[in-house]
Amino acid sequence: MIYRETGQFKTNYASDQQLFPILQDRIFVIAFLVLAFAVVPLVASEYLLRAILVPFLILSLAAIGLNILVGYCGQVSLGTGGFMAIGAYAAYNLAVRIPDLNLLVVFLLAGACATVVGALFGIPSLRIKGFYLAVATLAAQFFIDWMFARIKWFTNDSSSGNVSAPPLDIFGYTFTSPAEKYLLVLVFVCVFALIARNLVRGAIGRSWMATRDMDIAAEVIGIRPLRAKLSAFAVSSFFVGVAGALWAFVYLGSWEPLAFDVNRSFQLLFMVIIGGLGSILGSFLGAAFIVILPLFLNQFPTWLGIPLSTAAISHIEFMVFGALIVFFLIVEPRGLARLWAIGKEKLRLWPFPH
Amino acid sequence: MKRTLRIKAAALALAVAGALGAAQEAVAQANEIFVPVLVYRTGAYAPNGIPWADGYVDYLKLVNARDGGVNGIKIAFEECETGYATDRGVECYERLKSKKPVIFNPLSTGITYALTDKVAADKIVLFTTGYGRADSVDGSVFAWNFPLLGTYWSAADMLVQHVAKKGPLKGKKIALVYHDSPYGKEPIKLLEERAKREGFQLSLLPVTHPGVEQKAVWLQIRQQRPDYVFLWGWGVMNSTSIKEAIAVSYPRLQMYGVWWSSAEPDVEPAEMASKGYNGIALGHSDERDFPVHKDMVKYLYDKGQGTAKDKKDIGAVLYNRGMISAMLTIEAIKQAQSKYGKRVVTGEEVRWGAENLNLDAGKIKALGFGDMVQPLKTSCTDHEGVRKGRIHTWDGKDWSYTSDWYEADMKILNPMIKTSAAAYAAEKKITPRDCSKEK
Repeated sequence: MIYRETGQFKTNYASDQQLFPILQDRIFVIAFLVLAFAVVPLVASEYLLRAILVPFLILSLAAIGLNILVGYCGQVSLGTGGFMAIGAYAAYNLAVRIPDLNLLVVFLLAGACATVVGALFGIPSLRIKGFYLAVATLAAQFFIDWMFARIKWFTNDSSSGNVSAPPLDIFGYTFTSPAEKYLLVLVFVCVFALIARNLVRGAIGRSWMATRDMDIAAEVIGIRPLRAKLSAFAVSSFFVGVAGALWAFVYLGSWEPLAFDVNRSFQLLFMVIIGGLGSILGSFLGAAFIVILPLFLNQFPTWLGIPLSTAAISHIEFMVFGALIVFFLIVEPRGLARLWAIGKEKLRLWPFPH
Repeated sequence: MKRTLRIKAAALALAVAGALGAAQEAVAQANEIFVPVLVYRTGAYAPNGIPWADGYVDYLKLVNARDGGVNGIKIAFEECETGYATDRGVECYERLKSKKPVIFNPLSTGITYALTDKVAADKIVLFTTGYGRADSVDGSVFAWNFPLLGTYWSAADMLVQHVAKKGPLKGKKIALVYHDSPYGKEPIKLLEERAKREGFQLSLLPVTHPGVEQKAVWLQIRQQRPDYVFLWGWGVMNSTSIKEAIAVSYPRLQMYGVWWSSAEPDVEPAEMASKGYNGIALGHSDERDFPVHKDMVKYLYDKGQGTAKDKKDIGAVLYNRGMISAMLTIEAIKQAQSKYGKRVVTGEEVRWGAENLNLDAGKIKALGFGDMVQPLKTSCTDHEGVRKGRIHTWDGKDWSYTSDWYEADMKILNPMIKTSAAAYAAEKKITPRDCSKEK
C-alpha cells in the first residue's frame, strides 16, 4: 500500500534511469536530507553533533569506500585503517608544508595519495584471492602503521609522534562550531555517496560486480580484471583516504598512528558486513550500528538509574554488543540493508499480504 | 517466518532507540561543582588504571563526607570509561562537558594531546598530574594545561642525574624501552639532548600497544648490554618487561622505571624476582600512615562507602597518586573560591586558581598528606609547580627510598620548553599571553 509503485509510468529513458525510480523513495530521501541539513543542526545538542553524528558520518564514508571494494568487487581488504592513515597524514603534510592550499583541495589530494597507495597494494589482487588477499592487505596495514610511527618526516619531527591539524579554514571561513563541522562533513558524505551510487550502477560498477560474481566468466565476456580490480582499489582508497583526512581534521584534531591501527580496519570491515555487502545504504546502517550502539549500551544503565560500577557497565557493553552482532548475522546474513529491503516489500503489500 | 520478522523488527527498534536515546542529556545540579573522572577499569591498562581511579574518587568522596564539600559546596562526580583509547576519551569528554565540569584529569597522554585544543575553546582546565605534554609547562601558550608535579622531561632528567652520580656517563649505553604512544615518546627529546651533553649512547626500543609481546626488544638488550635500561611502560607492559628482563637475565638493579612504571601492579607479578628494580617516585611512594589514609578508613571504608575492593589498597603507589591528583583538583577549586567567592566556580575561575596554587609544606601537612607532595607554587610561566623526585627500590615486598631528592635541571629544560611551546603557538596561531601582566 505505502510502497506501491502502481501508476508510476516511466515514459522516457531519463525517468527510467533516475537514481530513485520509485516516487516514495524520492520523497523519503528528500525528507531525510531536509532533516539532516536543516533540522538537525538547529536542534541537536553539541554532544550529539560532535561525539556521535560527526564520527558516524565520517566512518560511513569510509564504509562506503570499503563497500566498493569488498561488497561490489569482492576483494577482501584489511588495510582500510592504513589507507585512512595515508589520507590523514597526506592531508596533514600538505596543510603544514603548503599553508596556502585550500583545505578542500588538501582533502581531495589526500584522497589522491591514498588512491596511489591503494592501487599499489591492490596489485597482488591480480594473482591472489580471498583470505590470501586479506593477508596481503593486512601487510599494507602494518607497513603503513610502522611508516607513520617511525619515519619522522611524516609527522614533521613531532617529539611525541602526535600531530595536530591546523584550523579548518576554507575560503577564508573557519569552521569552528559543532554544527558547522557537522554540515561540512555532511556535504562531503552526500556528494561522495551520490558519486558512489552512480559509479556502482554504471559500466565500471557492473564490471566490478561481474568480477566479484565470477572473475573467469567476467574475463570471458571481455572485462579486463586488471582494470576492474585496480579501479576498485583506487576508487575505494580514494573514499577511504578522504574519510581519513576528515577523521583527523574534523573529528580528532590531534592524532597518533594508533588512531588508524588494525582495529580500525576490522571495525570498518564489520560495518560493511553487518550493514550489508554491496549496498550504499548498508554502509550507513553498519556505521550507525558500530559507532552508536556501543555508546548507547554504555549510557543506557545510567538512564534507567541502575547503579552499576563503571567496569560492570563496560563489560556489559562488550557482551551485549557482541551478542547483537551474532544475532544480526544469524537472522539476516545479508545485513541490515537487506532487512530494510524486506520491510519495503512488506509495506508494498500491506495491509493485504498474500 | 512472521515471528522471526518480529524479532528482527524488535532488534532494529532497539538499535534505533539507541540512536535517539544517545541524544539525551543529563542536567547538572545547580549547587554542586562537577568533577568528571575519566578512568579505565577494563582492558590492558586496568591493573594500573583501577588503583588510580579508586584513589581519585575516594578523595572526592572524602571531601564530601568529611568537610561537607569545598567551602560548603558539594562535589558531584561521574566516571566515564575510556579504556585508555583516545577516541573513547574524546567521546567521554564531550559527554561530560554538558555538566559544566571545571577540571578534567584524563590519565592518558594521548587523550591529553587530543583535548588540548578543545579545553581552550570550552574553557575547562586540564590537569595532567605527572604526565601530559612536557611543553605545556609554559602557561603563556598552554593557558589551560597543568602538568603538575612533574613532566616526562623532568622525570627523564632526574633519572639521568641519578645514574650520572654512579659514574660518568661518557661512552655508556642507555636503552629506553618505551610504550609506542605519545606517552612513551615524550621523554625521547630530553634524553637525546642529555645524550649530547653527557656523551652517552641512547638506544630507543619501542614496544607496541598493549605491550605483551616484547621478546624481540629484550633480545636486542641482551645483545647490546646497555649499562642502564629506562622503562617507560604502562599497564601490562610493565610487568611483562620485568619478566622479560628476568628471562634474559638483565640485572634489575640497572633498570629504572618512570613513576608510571614503578608501582605494585608492575613488580608483583614477578614477585621476588623483581627485587632490586628501581623507579623514580613522583614525590611519594607506597605510604599508608598519613592522616589522610586514616581519614579514608574512618569516613569511607568503615562505613562501607569506599571505592576500592579492600582497605588494603589504600596507600598503594597509584592509589596515592590518584588521591594527590584529586587533592590538587580540590585545592585549585578552593583557590578559585578564595578570589571569586564561596560558590559554584566556573572553569575560567578555576583556571586562575590552578595558576595561583601555593601549597607550602605546612599546608600539605595540614591536608593530611605529610611529605607525599613537595611544596609547589604555580604561576603563568610555570604550570608544573614543582619538579622533584627520588628513587625508590622494590625489595621483594615493599618500596623503599634509596636516594636523595633530585630536581630537574631547568637550565636544560627551559629552552626546550620554550622552543616547543613557541612552535605549537605558531602552528595553532596562538598569541602567547604576557605573563608579566597576569595577576
